[in-house]
Amino acid sequence: MSLLEVKDLKTYFTTSKGKTKAVDGVSFSLDYGQCLGLVGESGCGKTTTALSICQLLPKEGKVEDGQILLEGVDYASMTETEIMKHRWADVSIIFQGAMNAFNPVKKVGWQIAEACMHHQNLTKEQAWERAGDLFEMVGIARERVSQYPHEFSGGMKQRAMIAMALACSPKLIIGDEPTTALDVMIQAQILELLEKLRKELNMGMILITHDLSILSETCDKIAVMYAGKIAELGTVDDIFNHPVHPYTKRLLACFPNINSEERVIPDGIPGYPPNLIDPPEGCRFCPRCAESMELCGSEEPEFLQVGPEHFVSCHLCKEGGEQNG
Amino acid sequence: MAEKMLEVKDLKVYYEIKKGLAQTFFGKPQVLRAVDGVSFHIDRGEILSLVGESGSGKTTTGKAILQLAPASGGSILFDGEEIAGKKDLSEFRKKAQMIYQDPYQSLNPRQYISDIVGEPLDVNGLVTTQEERNERIREALESAGLTPADDYLYRRPFELSGGQRQRAAIAGSLIMKPEFVVADEPVSMLDASIRTGIVKMMLEQRDKKGVAYLFITHDLSLAWLISDRIAIMYLGKIMEIGTAHEIIKNPKHPYTQALLDIMPVPGKVLTEKRRILEGETPNAGTEVRGCKFCGRCPVAMEICGQVEPENKEVSPGHFVMCHKYTAGAE
Ligand SMILES: Nc1ncnc2c1ncn2[C@@H]1O[C@H](COP(=O)(O)OP(=O)(O)O)[C@@H](O)[C@H]1O
Ligand SMILES: Nc1ncnc2c1ncn2[C@@H]1O[C@H](COP(=O)(O)OP(=O)(O)O)[C@@H](O)[C@H]1O
Ligand code: SF4
Ligand code: SF4
Ligand SMILES: [Mg+2]
Ligand SMILES: [Mg+2]
Repeated sequence: MSLLEVKDLKTYFTTSKGKTKAVDGVSFSLDYGQCLGLVGESGCGKTTTALSICQLLPKEGKVEDGQILLEGVDYASMTETEIMKHRWADVSIIFQGAMNAFNPVKKVGWQIAEACMHHQNLTKEQAWERAGDLFEMVGIARERVSQYPHEFSGGMKQRAMIAMALACSPKLIIGDEPTTALDVMIQAQILELLEKLRKELNMGMILITHDLSILSETCDKIAVMYAGKIAELGTVDDIFNHPVHPYTKRLLACFPNINSEERVIPDGIPGYPPNLIDPPEGCRFCPRCAESMELCGSEEPEFLQVGPEHFVSCHLCKEGGEQNG
Repeated sequence: MAEKMLEVKDLKVYYEIKKGLAQTFFGKPQVLRAVDGVSFHIDRGEILSLVGESGSGKTTTGKAILQLAPASGGSILFDGEEIAGKKDLSEFRKKAQMIYQDPYQSLNPRQYISDIVGEPLDVNGLVTTQEERNERIREALESAGLTPADDYLYRRPFELSGGQRQRAAIAGSLIMKPEFVVADEPVSMLDASIRTGIVKMMLEQRDKKGVAYLFITHDLSLAWLISDRIAIMYLGKIMEIGTAHEIIKNPKHPYTQALLDIMPVPGKVLTEKRRILEGETPNAGTEVRGCKFCGRCPVAMEICGQVEPENKEVSPGHFVMCHKYTAGAE
C-alpha cells in the first residue's frame, strides 16, 4: 500500500467572478521514504494541492471530487475531529517564509514544546526534552531552545520550523517552497537536511517549488503541473532526460545551464498561464503550445501511461500522434 | 576601444546602528559597513553583474551610485565627472535610472499605467504637448514588450500579471532614454518561463541604444548568461571581479568556488556529495578582522584572520581579494 494516494482530486474556490478550478483532476501516489517534486508556474495549483492534502483549505475552497488516501484511509470522508487528529500526527506542512511564523515574544523551544504537549500528551519536562532532541535533529545546538526568534538567523529559524514540523513524527511532510526566500548556500543546507531526515525517518515528502533546477538532486519523482492539472509525471530521469510533454520541455529549457560553454539565452514560454475560472477548452496548454494540433483545442488529452512510472497528458502520445520524447 | 562610462572608486556606505541604551551610554555607536570600499568600472553599453547573498550590499551599492543612498566615502565618476556630493543632479538623473525588484511596491496601485510610465517626463518637464507625451509613453511600453501599447495605457497595476507589471516598471525607466541602468534583481520574483523574455528585452536596449547595466542578482547562472563581466560581493566587499567567462569557468576566490559548487545541475544525478559551506554569513554589523570570508573559508590560513588581503590582478582584468594569490602566502 502506498503512503499517499491522490485520485482525481478536484479543488475549487468560490469567488465573486465564478469558480476557480485551481486543482482539476490531479492523481499521483507516494511511498514511504520517497520524495515527489511538484513543479509549475505560479498559480498552477501547487499550494492548493498541498492544502487539500492537509485539509487546511480556506473556507472559500472545497474539495469537490476525488480521493486523498493516506495509508489507504480516505481523508475526504473523515469527520472534522478525526481530521484534526490525523493532520497533526500524520501530515506536516512547511510553508514559504514559515520562519517568520514564530511568535517573537516566546522562546523558540517553548513554541515547539507546546506543540508536543498539545498533540502528544507529554509533560512539560518531556516536551522540553523532545524540543531539545528535535533541535539536534535539525542541526541546532540543544541549548538554544531557550532563545527567542530574534536571536536566530534566517536559516536557523527555517531549521526550527522543520523541527516543529517533525514534532509529531509525521509520516508525510510537505514543503511548500521551503527554501524560496533563502540564500543559495542556506537553500542547499536546508534541502540536504530535509533529504537526510526523510531517509532517516522514512517519511514521504512532497517538495513544492517553481524552480525545477533544485529538484533533480532531491526527488525521486516529479509532477509537472499546468493550469490545475498534471501535464507530466515521472521519475527524475523521465522528466529531465526523456520529457514528452511540450510544456515540460519548454519549462526545462527555461533554466540556464551554467556548465555549458555557450551562452544562449533560453526562449522562455510565450504568453501567460490561463485564467482558471474559464480555462481553455481541450488541452489547457494549447494557446501557448508550439506543437498544438487541431484536436488540441477541442478535446482534452487523457493522462496516459508511457513508461513504467511515466504518465503524460498530451495528444502527441496517442497513437497517430508523433512522439518525440 | 571600450569607452569608460562609470568609475566607482573605494565606495563606502556606513550606517550607524543604535543598539540598546547601554551602548549609547558607553559612547561609540556600532557601525554597519553595508558597502566597505568597492571599486569597479562600467563601459558604455556594458553589462556588469553584481552577485552576492542578501545583505552583502548589492542594493546599497546600486543606490549609492545613483545618489539614492548616502555614500560615506569614495568617488563616483560618470562620464568623467564626479557625482558624489554633486548638488545639481538633474542631468545625471536623466541619464541614470533604477529598476527595482518588486514591481508590486514600485508602482502606485491607484494610477493608470500611462501615468506611471509618463511620470518621469512630467517631473523633468521633458515634453510640451500631450501628443508628444503619449507618443513617448507608447514607445516606452512597446520597447518594454507591452504591445500593442494602447491595450495597457488605461489599465492599473493590479490588472496586470507579475511579468507585465515588471515590464511596465521597466518602461517607466526606459522612457527617460537612459544611458545607464541599475537593475536590482529585476526578474527574481518572476517565473523562469517569463524571466528570459524580460531579460532579452533589456539586452535589446543595450544592443539598440547602447544602454549599460549594473545588473544585480543572486543568480549566478543568469549572470553567466547575460554579463560581460561579473563581480562577486560578500559582506560589503567585492571578492572577485572579471569577465563572465573567467569568473564562471576559472573562479579563483574560495567564495566564488563555493557558490559554483552548489549550483544545481538539472538532470544530473549526484555521484558525490556537494561541498556545502557550513554556517551563515555574519551580519554586516559584525566586526570582522582580516578577510571578511575568513570565518567560513574552507582553506583559510593563519594570516587570513589578521590581515585583510589585497586586491590582486591574477590575469588581465581578473581581480581576486584573497591571500592565496598574494606573494609569499603560498
Ligand atoms: N483563497 C483563494 N480564493 C480564490 N482563488 C484562489 C485562492 N487561493 C488560490 N486561488 C487561485 O487558485 C489558483 C491556484 O493557486 P495556488 O494553488 O496558490 O497556485 P501555486 O501554489 O501553484 O502558485 C490560482 O489561480 C489562484 O489565484
Ligand atoms: N538604510 C539602512 N540603514 C541601516 N542599514 C541598512 C540600510 N540599508 C541597508 N542596510 C544594511 O546594509 C546591508 C546591505 O544591505 P543591501 O544593500 O540591501 O544588501 P543586498 O542588496 O545585497 O541584499 C544589510 O546588512 C542591510 O541590513
Ligand atoms: S495536447 Fe496538443 S496543445 Fe496540448 S501539449 Fe499536447 S500537443 Fe500541445
Ligand atoms: S584570504 Fe584566506 S580566508 Fe579569505 S578567502 Fe582567501 S584563503 Fe579564504
Ligand atoms: Mg504556491
Ligand atoms: Mg538587495
